[in-house]
Amino acid sequence: MGLCERCKKAQATFHLTNIDRAGAKVERHLCDACAAHEGLLNAGKPTVDLNELLENFIAAGKGAGADVSNLVCEECGISYVEFRNQGLLGCAHDYEVFKEPLTRLMERTHGGSATHVGKTPKSLGVVRKPQLDIRRLKRQLEEAVAGEDYERAAELRDRIRELERS
Amino acid sequence: MSNPLDLVVRQAGEWLRGTGPLHEIVISTRVRLARNLRGFAFLSRAEAETRRDIADTVSAAVRRAPLLRDFVHIDVEQLDELDRALLVERHLISRQHAEGVGARRLAFDPTEAAAIMINEEDHLRIQVMRSGLQVEEAWRQIDAIDDAVEEHLDYEFHPQFGYLTACPTNVGTGIRVSVMLHLPALRLTNELEKVGQAARDLKLAVRGLHGEGTEALGDFFQVSNQITLGRSEVEIIDDFRTRVIPRIVEYELAARDALLRTRPHALDDKIWRAVGALRSARLMSSNEAMQYLSHVRMGLHTGRLSVVDLQTLNELFLQIQPAHLQKLHGERLSGEQRSIERAAFIRTRLSSN
Repeated sequence: MGLCERCKKAQATFHLTNIDRAGAKVERHLCDACAAHEGLLNAGKPTVDLNELLENFIAAGKGAGADVSNLVCEECGISYVEFRNQGLLGCAHDYEVFKEPLTRLMERTHGGSATHVGKTPKSLGVVRKPQLDIRRLKRQLEEAVAGEDYERAAELRDRIRELERS
Repeated sequence: MSNPLDLVVRQAGEWLRGTGPLHEIVISTRVRLARNLRGFAFLSRAEAETRRDIADTVSAAVRRAPLLRDFVHIDVEQLDELDRALLVERHLISRQHAEGVGARRLAFDPTEAAAIMINEEDHLRIQVMRSGLQVEEAWRQIDAIDDAVEEHLDYEFHPQFGYLTACPTNVGTGIRVSVMLHLPALRLTNELEKVGQAARDLKLAVRGLHGEGTEALGDFFQVSNQITLGRSEVEIIDDFRTRVIPRIVEYELAARDALLRTRPHALDDKIWRAVGALRSARLMSSNEAMQYLSHVRMGLHTGRLSVVDLQTLNELFLQIQPAHLQKLHGERLSGEQRSIERAAFIRTRLSSN
């Protein structure tokens, strides 16, 4: 690793390759301080996400939840910033917690609308599926039997029978 | 126990038989649905044990559905790298699913027309593949599979946002329609921009053979929707069925016509050089083979040659890929050995025709 070409003291950490007007390659090797001095330090940083900037700007303007980056889902623990960095949500509840910024994001990516049109689950309106409960109860029953908790096992068996009849 | 994948490798899935509408240009239609179970975290926040619970719940639901009785169940987590690569080459799982971590599975129909990836980016990714342009048929089939699975589990569904997905780019319908096209003439005449334009008009994306971030090998392109929210499945499907795909097919046919009329020798030269290389080469990379096979396919469909039938050609596209080649050969091969084996395999297949 070479030294900074400007101060010739510190380690060069900033490397820039430019093509000048004549088409020749010009390389620069500077330390952080000298790069900042020449106003070059920002050139190497990744570009700011304009959408996010705009989103924060709009949110701040509205005064509503002024800074979306402070939002955190209490169920899965993910923050809005983490979501924006990885692009994936942590749980279904995030759609409620981040509803405002997410709605804006979804309107943008889905051509203007953030309201679902189309298929809905057949079970919508039916509160619960007995099969799911039965399966969960059967697992609990196995555990109770394995743990020799026969009182609880009998209780679970009766509830399973009841559900299976319904 | 024998490996179910050893049988799969010998033939092409039903969707690659080359029988569907407009199959000369439209290789296949794929529809997929993203679904998540209610009451479980999305996968980026799911612990190993939760992942396993999700996988068990989905596997059990698939096994209980009478419609999905014949599905083959594969534990992707337990597969070796070669078998996982094989499934990617057959479009049964994504690269992401192959390279992922933790409990993840695959259930697929033996004809390979339908498959369910369990614990990919979402808890379920259901897909249906069909030969040629069959968007409506694919939708009807996947709709039925979705209902059959849902009989035995609960999906996460939001009154405003629809089916909830780990990434908001899939939310709403959770549907992704991808149509794979073979457009050699548009590439030869430098008119691919027309495809981009047709797709952009309807906010559709154009990608390479294996989807996101892949290049267009052998003149194959995938057109897929990006909007999943605010438009119904049927509206999305109709864009493909009645608008964008017929338009692209027309462009490709016009380009083939123009080549036949104005530069038949240039066209024949491409086609016959490809035949020559495929029949004579001693070393061949998969990219090179894809390009030659693409030109032969065009030759077949423009009536310029008949030295090979479509089924053989379609099988070759699949079997010259690295994992297929190694499975057929029965052992692992280095890059150069693969090139030798690939060239030999193609020579044999094309001489017995």
